[in-house]
Amino acid sequence: MTTLLWVVLPYACLAVFAAGHVWRWRHDQFGWTTHTSQLLESRLLRLGSPLFHLGAFGVIGGHAMGLLIPESLTERLGVPEDAYHVVSVGGGTVTGLMLVAGLSLLIARRFVNGRVRRVTTTMDKVLYACLAAMVVLGMTATVGKNLLGGGYDYRETIAVWFRGIFYFHPHSELMTGAPLVYQLHALGGFLFLALWPFTRLVHVWSAPMAYLWRPYVVYRGRRRPAPAPQPAPAAVRDAGRDPVSSGH
Amino acid sequence: MRIRAQVAMVMNLDKCIGCHTCSVTCKQTWTNREGTEYVWFNNVETKPGIGYPKHYEDQERWKGGWKLDGKGRLVLRSGGRAKRLSRIFANPDLPSIDDYYEPATFDKDILVTAPAGLTDTPVKRPHSALTGEPMAVTWGANWEDSLGGQSGQDDPNLARMATKVKFEFEKTFMFHLPRICEHCLNPACVSACPSGAMYKREEDGIVLVDQDRCRGWRMCVSACPYKKVYVNHATGKAEKCTFCFPRIEAGQPTVCSETCVGRLRYLGIVLYDEDAVLAAASVEDEHELLDAQRAVFLDPDDPEVERAAREAGMADEWIDAAKRSPIRKLISEYKIALPLHPEYRTLPMVWYVPPLSPVLDAAGAAGRDDTDADDVFHTIRELRIPVEYLAELFTAGDTDAVSGVLMKLAAMRSYMRARTLDGTVAEELLDSIGMTGEQVEAMYRLLAIAKYDERYVIPAAHAKEAAALDAQAAGCSLDREGGPGMMTLTPVRGRS
Repeated sequence: MTTLLWVVLPYACLAVFAAGHVWRWRHDQFGWTTHTSQLLESRLLRLGSPLFHLGAFGVIGGHAMGLLIPESLTERLGVPEDAYHVVSVGGGTVTGLMLVAGLSLLIARRFVNGRVRRVTTTMDKVLYACLAAMVVLGMTATVGKNLLGGGYDYRETIAVWFRGIFYFHPHSELMTGAPLVYQLHALGGFLFLALWPFTRLVHVWSAPMAYLWRPYVVYRGRRRPAPAPQPAPAAVRDAGRDPVSSGH
Repeated sequence: MRIRAQVAMVMNLDKCIGCHTCSVTCKQTWTNREGTEYVWFNNVETKPGIGYPKHYEDQERWKGGWKLDGKGRLVLRSGGRAKRLSRIFANPDLPSIDDYYEPATFDKDILVTAPAGLTDTPVKRPHSALTGEPMAVTWGANWEDSLGGQSGQDDPNLARMATKVKFEFEKTFMFHLPRICEHCLNPACVSACPSGAMYKREEDGIVLVDQDRCRGWRMCVSACPYKKVYVNHATGKAEKCTFCFPRIEAGQPTVCSETCVGRLRYLGIVLYDEDAVLAAASVEDEHELLDAQRAVFLDPDDPEVERAAREAGMADEWIDAAKRSPIRKLISEYKIALPLHPEYRTLPMVWYVPPLSPVLDAAGAAGRDDTDADDVFHTIRELRIPVEYLAELFTAGDTDAVSGVLMKLAAMRSYMRARTLDGTVAEELLDSIGMTGEQVEAMYRLLAIAKYDERYVIPAAHAKEAAALDAQAAGCSLDREGGPGMMTLTPVRGRS
């Protein structure tokens, strides 16, 4: 069971994540979009969307920091444990709250506004539900355990296990002792990655950074050959007409 | 010099009767799909009026097009690249669907399913195409048709005029303005597209959205000062007027031109120098923009230009078409066609022969003879209102430029009237507009009686490319899910 949860499942999810993206990129360029609904509702979106996105950047950055930077490295750099704790819990709480506020607004918008509700697909609903669950678990861990509770040093267990997955050396035993909320959050995270390529989240990979240096006006030649030339328009129109009486 | 060809259009506004046939046939062809109910690639507005979408000409509000920054450099009015990316999560300049209108559909079923013997006749009611709920229709793409409603006085062009227009019945004037995408030489939409999905075609200058590369960042919609790029709310992608490129490639006119009842549209090729575009769009004085854009166009009768075109690989039939182009005659030779809002600095390529009718109406109302050129000239000079308004639309407020065009049109009328009625030639009229009798008669012929082949001079796509027929074997590129499929029609999903 331990191996299944903490070894098989992460690899399966990562495989779906990778293969799913390849499949979607190859077969669904037309569906690869943010699927903006700002046209239909702007008031809630103008507050909720920036909050959500900026919060998400912070949260993703925080996860990268917590999971990818080994504790030994911060120790060697002389960062005291207290300082790390303040940064991680403080930053995590602030960006997490932004994420919660933004996501709440965006979900509320989908319920309250009939126009947006109508264009919400099943996949959107699944995505919003998963996002909400992940955020709730994550906030419970950060705020509940680390800010208000006694704290849990995930850097000695979860982070090591997580990095191990990418070294093909997952220490599944490290996860068995982690608090339930961390366990659920970690499992949910991998399931979320497996869902990613099939949702509108693929737009993340199209973040248009190249726009910063490309020329403004884009010129392009026809990719495909043009169709065969047609007879002159007037000839088409006049075909079958008596040439003498074809007055304009 | 980098020589390019551009398919361009001129519309003669005096001939537009506001019948909306162009809009309807365009819609049937391109936008009668779910997600594009509110989209009109071609719409016909009554001017003065706030237009579609509402107040789209108010760039203080919508931040469309280009402007010069403090150092005289050309920048998008909505800001630079970094600023645009910083606003990607919520675009503050994006119109909402209510700025267009809420599209409606009707529950026509009730007309056939209502039980017999009702005391009241069953009535089909409007339902929102967005929510499916019953709704009251309170706005539309041509709600202000023929000065209907009270919105005309809110026209942003009127606010910029020195003379204030009173909307009194006796003093009012109106004309119709059909609008499509301008297929600009310096397109703001293409320049604002973060994904690089929008492009200008090298062969013919048509501006298109690559549906497979559009990621729905919706910056094109707000950057276009004419608001002629739209979000398809079903697919989440941008769509716009395609200049009916499948027809143009086959040497046929666009649907709007083909079906125009008044035969007021002209289509043809213009040669231009791509390297001169940026400088022309950056001219400081807005009144100079018209001449600057005219100077970007190249004369295909100039042997140097012809040689350069051949060197650039342009086919003979394209160079020939450029020489016979009615667009070139109206824009560069007779100089009676003007661009819509040159002050947006996009160098638009759908130009207009301004309407003389508001001036003729004003001459009549002032007790003058609207068939007499002198009387019309006086009206143009003295009655500021129609001329100032037309200047706001077509010459960035330069009344002299628009008066010059109107005088040419008035002189042509008088000249041809005298020629036809008593065979006299009014030499002094010709002098006053600086044209020869031959030119005026050729201009008259082009404006009044030009045949199909003279109005639409469109070379078929390159013969060498055309020889490859595999494209047709692969099917039509428009025939796909969510697209305006032309081979198989996907029924629009029921909404009510």
